[in-house]
Amino acid sequence: MRTKPGIFRTQAFRIVLAYVLLFAFSVTALLFFTYWNTRRTLDAQTDQIIEAEITGLSEEYRHFGLQGVAETLRAQSLHSNQSLYLLTDALHHSVAGNLDSWPQISGGAGEMVEFDFERPIDGKMEARRARGRVFELPGGFVLLVAQDVHDRYLTERMFTTTLPWTVLLILVLGAAGGALMSRNMLRRLDTINRTSGEIIAGDLTRRVPLNGSGDEFDVLAENLNRMLDRIERLMKGLREVTDSVAHDLRTPLNRLRNRLEESVARLNASGAPKSEMMADEIERAIAETDKLIATFNALLLIAETDAGTTRAAMSALDLGSVAADVVELYEPLAEERKISLALVPDAGVAVEGNRSLIAQALANLVDNAIKYTPAGGTVRIRAANTNAGMELSVADSGPGIPPADRPRVTERFVRLEASRSSPGTGLGLSLVMAVAHFHRAELVLEDNVPAGLKAVLRFPRSAVRSLPGAPLKNAAE
Amino acid sequence: MRILVVEDDLEAQRYLVQGLKESGHVVDEAADGDTGLSLALSRPYDVAVIDRMLPGLDGLKVVAEMREHGNSTPVLFLSALSEVDDRVKGLKAGGDDYLTKPYAFVELLARIDALVRRRAPAGVRTRLDVGDLELDLLSRAAKRSGTDIELQPREFRLLEYLMRHAGQVVTRTMLLESVWEYHFDPQTNVIDVHISRLRAKIDKGFEAPLLHTVRGAGYMIRAH
Repeated sequence: MRTKPGIFRTQAFRIVLAYVLLFAFSVTALLFFTYWNTRRTLDAQTDQIIEAEITGLSEEYRHFGLQGVAETLRAQSLHSNQSLYLLTDALHHSVAGNLDSWPQISGGAGEMVEFDFERPIDGKMEARRARGRVFELPGGFVLLVAQDVHDRYLTERMFTTTLPWTVLLILVLGAAGGALMSRNMLRRLDTINRTSGEIIAGDLTRRVPLNGSGDEFDVLAENLNRMLDRIERLMKGLREVTDSVAHDLRTPLNRLRNRLEESVARLNASGAPKSEMMADEIERAIAETDKLIATFNALLLIAETDAGTTRAAMSALDLGSVAADVVELYEPLAEERKISLALVPDAGVAVEGNRSLIAQALANLVDNAIKYTPAGGTVRIRAANTNAGMELSVADSGPGIPPADRPRVTERFVRLEASRSSPGTGLGLSLVMAVAHFHRAELVLEDNVPAGLKAVLRFPRSAVRSLPGAPLKNAAE
Repeated sequence: MRILVVEDDLEAQRYLVQGLKESGHVVDEAADGDTGLSLALSRPYDVAVIDRMLPGLDGLKVVAEMREHGNSTPVLFLSALSEVDDRVKGLKAGGDDYLTKPYAFVELLARIDALVRRRAPAGVRTRLDVGDLELDLLSRAAKRSGTDIELQPREFRLLEYLMRHAGQVVTRTMLLESVWEYHFDPQTNVIDVHISRLRAKIDKGFEAPLLHTVRGAGYMIRAH
């Protein structure tokens, strides 16, 4: 099973995040457009007023000259709040107008400029903003006509300072909402993933729970469950067929074997010519029959163990002593094959289990290890008390099993291409698997260091038992 | 030898009876538990071969009744139930050995032989002899023609079992069951390797071999 993705790596979160970014961008663009449009309109209005005043002043100038303009400015300055005027001589000395001094203006004469100035409001001097135009008059005189646009300026400043915060807020709220939404979705998907994981691990009876809302997740779960029902039915059917074939063929096979034995006995008794040669042939047929019977026996044992219908008795047993017995049984075979068989026992590795089944499973593992390890190699058997549970492991220095093939080799009759030529039924690991299931243990196939295969039977902590007369040290007082 | 066969599968019964007769035994047969029990109680037998699952009185009860009536004829159970627990139940009910179907006829013969012989020599034996091979059960020492033979504990048990059944065929399954107490057949025939090791120790360098392979059946230790 793949590991659970972090919330920020989920598809739901990514979709929400993309949407939030797009939304933030749209809002920013919209606000900018509104801002730009409003400002343009306001500026146009201001500019119109300024234009009108300039038109008036230029009429004045044409008829009454500079003096006339100065008079008008003085008169208008008295009752004007918004309009600003300043007429100076070549040395920037004020001649007329309501601005006290020439402000800092960047930009040439004749074009619209914005500048800051100070004026008293309610008796206090205040920095304000204005928009206006500068004219150069003959004789070095300079005229400034402007409008106080401080209100517009304030609105504008407020807008530019709040906009980034607004966008940030959209992003943060959006991301939080996205995370919340993905977490919800993730939780639903998580149940599906967890169930799938358990099913991959071998428990085909598991089903995805529905939450009854009838939403698309429920529909998905329902469909998955229906698919699982079908798979389970098919697999059960397949297993039943193998089991009943094994069961039904065992009796006729047995009779066949009996007949063959009878024939050999008669042949030997008759003393007829060539009877020895024929007896040899029949003996070979008997050996073949025995192999078939062994296969069927193994199949039936696997079926019984797998189905949990076996009545095997459980008792507290020491895995170390089980391992020692099996090693003792296989030691001469290993020696004959020039393989060193080593036992690495830990003390007090006790579990609740069936001795015969565990011994048989371990024997199968050791048998395999010896079969596939070349001469000069080692097979190391270990009973260990680890953090993960009690372990029985068989590590060899053989060719190992490629990771991709590992889930397959525990299936019935599966034999990898490389091992087809060696004897065996293809049921050895299936039986180990069945025994593991029976004990709620797991069979883990992994790489051995530096080379080879390491098969581990790992019994859960719940199976750990103290041996009679040898209480576990960590048992509660 | 007089043998009682109680088996409800008639084809299996026919084969069993015929085989036993051909091996020179006198055989009575029954197809159900009640007939089997009355036969067992009314006539003397050297051994009874009883199927565990029988119509009427089942095999376990037949044996329990026999034992209750003070009948101690050795009983070999035949059963399609192969699990260790079934075996334990069978032996607890008073059975002396337990053979799972399907079985090889030689296996059955070897076990019948072992059962009958086991009963014969009364008293505790402290020494076993086969030809010039001696096994001292107290000092746990083996000697052949006066030469000490070093044996591992398991080799000693193997040799002891073979010698207790000297002159009889002992199958691989019987060895696995009695010497190793395993009730399953390993994929590779590990017993053969143990035997050849033992053979190297007791027969190597001696003119007449004692440990023989019986083709298609198992092993036998005997002096010529």
